[in-house]
Amino acid sequence: MAINLDDPKKFRPLVGQAHQVAMNMLRPISRKYDKAEHAYPKELDMLAAMIDGLSESGASEGAGAAGVKRDEKVDDAGGVKNGTNLASVMSIAEMCWGDVGLLLSMPRQGLGNSAIASVADAEQQARFEGVWAGMAITEPGTGSDSANISTTAVLDGDHYVINGEKIFVTSGDRADAIVVWATLDKSLGRAAIKSFVVPKGTPGMSVERLEHKLGIKASDTATIRFEDCRVPAENLLGSPEIDTKQGFAGAMATFDNTRPLVASMAVGCARASLDLTRELLSQAGVEVDYDRPALTQSAAAAKLLQMEADWEAAYLLMLQAAWMADNRQPNSLEASMAKAKAGRVGSDITLSCVQLAGSLGYSESELLEKWARDSKILDIFEGTQQIQQLIVARRVLGLTSAELK
Amino acid sequence: MSLLTSLRPGGRHGIAATETRDPIGYAVAALSRLAQSDVLDRLGLRKQTETAVYTATRGGFRTITRAGRTFARAGAQGSPGSRPVTATRPGVFDLTPSEDEQMLVDVVTELAAEVLRPAAAEADETCVAPEVVLKAGLEVGLPILGLPEELGGITEERSAVAGALVAEALAHGDLGLAVASLAPGSVATALGLWGSEAQQQTYLPAFTSDDVPAAAIALTEPTVLFDVLAPATTAVRTDDGFVLNGLKSAVPRGADAELFVVGASLDGAPVLFLVEAGAAGLQVEADPAMGVRAAGLARLHLDGVAVPEDAVLGTTDGTTYAECVRLSRLAWCALGVGVGQAVLDYVTPYVKEREAFGEPVAHRQSVAFMVANIAIELQAMRLLTWKAASRAAAGKDIARDVALARQLCADKGMQIGLDGVQLLGGHGFVKEHPVERWYRDLRSIGVMEGTVLI
Repeated sequence: MAINLDDPKKFRPLVGQAHQVAMNMLRPISRKYDKAEHAYPKELDMLAAMIDGLSESGASEGAGAAGVKRDEKVDDAGGVKNGTNLASVMSIAEMCWGDVGLLLSMPRQGLGNSAIASVADAEQQARFEGVWAGMAITEPGTGSDSANISTTAVLDGDHYVINGEKIFVTSGDRADAIVVWATLDKSLGRAAIKSFVVPKGTPGMSVERLEHKLGIKASDTATIRFEDCRVPAENLLGSPEIDTKQGFAGAMATFDNTRPLVASMAVGCARASLDLTRELLSQAGVEVDYDRPALTQSAAAAKLLQMEADWEAAYLLMLQAAWMADNRQPNSLEASMAKAKAGRVGSDITLSCVQLAGSLGYSESELLEKWARDSKILDIFEGTQQIQQLIVARRVLGLTSAELK
Repeated sequence: MSLLTSLRPGGRHGIAATETRDPIGYAVAALSRLAQSDVLDRLGLRKQTETAVYTATRGGFRTITRAGRTFARAGAQGSPGSRPVTATRPGVFDLTPSEDEQMLVDVVTELAAEVLRPAAAEADETCVAPEVVLKAGLEVGLPILGLPEELGGITEERSAVAGALVAEALAHGDLGLAVASLAPGSVATALGLWGSEAQQQTYLPAFTSDDVPAAAIALTEPTVLFDVLAPATTAVRTDDGFVLNGLKSAVPRGADAELFVVGASLDGAPVLFLVEAGAAGLQVEADPAMGVRAAGLARLHLDGVAVPEDAVLGTTDGTTYAECVRLSRLAWCALGVGVGQAVLDYVTPYVKEREAFGEPVAHRQSVAFMVANIAIELQAMRLLTWKAASRAAAGKDIARDVALARQLCADKGMQIGLDGVQLLGGHGFVKEHPVERWYRDLRSIGVMEGTVLI
């Protein structure tokens, strides 16, 4: 045991690979699918096949959307682990350095896959392996207060019958299945909220429309309607019991695992902006001198230094949250810290880089303006900035959700 | 000074040179002159209490530096000294302190809570670190923390991580007292890192003895936009050594220090010099500041101070100096984390107890989110500091890591100080609570150069 915050040595090949993929496959089609919103990025099929191959060979270290799970096996070595959670945040950050929208469109890498990995039992894990799963939580009338959803699931024989409307479903049209949140009994509150895997083509589930968005246009965002949609009872993820003591914890456990991932998306996107801006400024003769006081350098250099410090802060908070998950430490607080910091830093950096680069940054001739649009969603989905602050505040202050609303 | 210049308000008292007086302004200024005049005193209208002694709380009075001990010359000239072994890291990302580090932190945490914190308010007032605090620090071995075993220290390998953890834990008690306590050890660590065999054998026995000298690293200078890498203090070669001229500021325990490490430009490159107190031409002047007051900050005047040839610590090409600057900034980051944590630990129970509009103020998001942001940025400050420290221990380049940590700790540390006072409202503004002191202390993190290092 020794404090060390350098990147884990064993993930160097993985991160290197992800970087090459991002640079050579995602960047060349980045602008194309920003323009062609709702067009399916067919190039990703080949990439997804390659990623599946890598994960079968073990070269990917289990990284990816489904890599965010608690390894319950006792570590034989008893030492500190750098495992799939770290591998996942690091490789996803690298892919988002390429393109966030395309990463979100990556087959079999949906947030629904993270939910399955986090909540499903062993039988379900096996049954849903290889399934590309989107995630449907938000409703027209319910955003951040996800305990308030009104989509219902009623047991009828050996099926649940689902009714309701879900919006903002990433890959809702393209995925093989949707993990949908519904309540078994609204009067029992958050404890009655369960998640269900609904395969594409199930009668009663229909994609109503696709959103036109500010950014991540490569990713399709669907509105999905459930009308007497019958799903097998065994597709309820985890336990069907309504445990009012456990409350929301079951479904919310997904978030502890996915928030570091969203942080990693913001970290990757921000680094793309930072890298390009540093090079553009360098061509203009601005170099950061790390030893000299920022105030004795140019304003551009000082801004770059401040952005890099904030970026590093988000990056290390992200690694911390993932490292804790790898070592089976509760990380709800740290996951929210990472997402809060990465979300706001992602916006500040990408927007500031546009300003530093002037009309060059604002123009579609560079990708800076795109990254400044892509980054905004990362401070919103999987819990907004304000929700993260609420979680951090409740934890730090030891207040309940009834006390600190 | 011409009459005209003396009538202009600018250039003094924090007034810009472009300011002008109108008639009322002149009248007020005249009244102010009278109020300050000795005439009142000569007429017995005011009690004369001024005495010509060095007062740490008042600037402007100079005295010679302490006539300290004579450090007996020893060791072979020109041979390199012993160096701490760089720490090996298995390449695993890990946030767990070693058992030894944790034990050390536990001891220092107790020291900070039991000894430093209770003494903090008075030491801040008097600008003097009480003997009992300094002694307690010596007892837990602060001066030899960064020294390898063969030089009388306690570490097997480079201990930058332990140094960062200790600095944080101490500053949680009080920043000024932490700086006063860590200053001698910083000089010892510098001697361990860069000293020649002769320098180590001449000076280090004192630091590992029962009678540890006060000592300080003097790099800061009182100029605007100060660039520590280009000190205005100069060193000029002579036949048998160097002559130093210049002015250093923010030197901790300047009045007591027996040994200084002074930064000066030699042939265009910044170089560290060992200067013993009592040297001719060396004068110390109290330089109390906004915060870090318990450290007894002073200015050091160097007026033709002659030092021998072997007074150079490390290289003359600026590399040792740059390394010293980085390790010192790192120390200030760790100290800032400690003060930030003190703020968080203080405001957390306060906002839960303090009621307004019928419920604890913590139940309001505007209050709770401030606390959340303190917690988030503080943890980020800590992680950046730890990263730089662990890289320093492993002997890696830390220029970027230190720059980023300093940037974040200066910015967010100050925000934490600001919010700490704000969260207590009017109560935060009065000395009944320590948050106003932390506010003043946290301003130092991005300002200070040198003084301490880890």
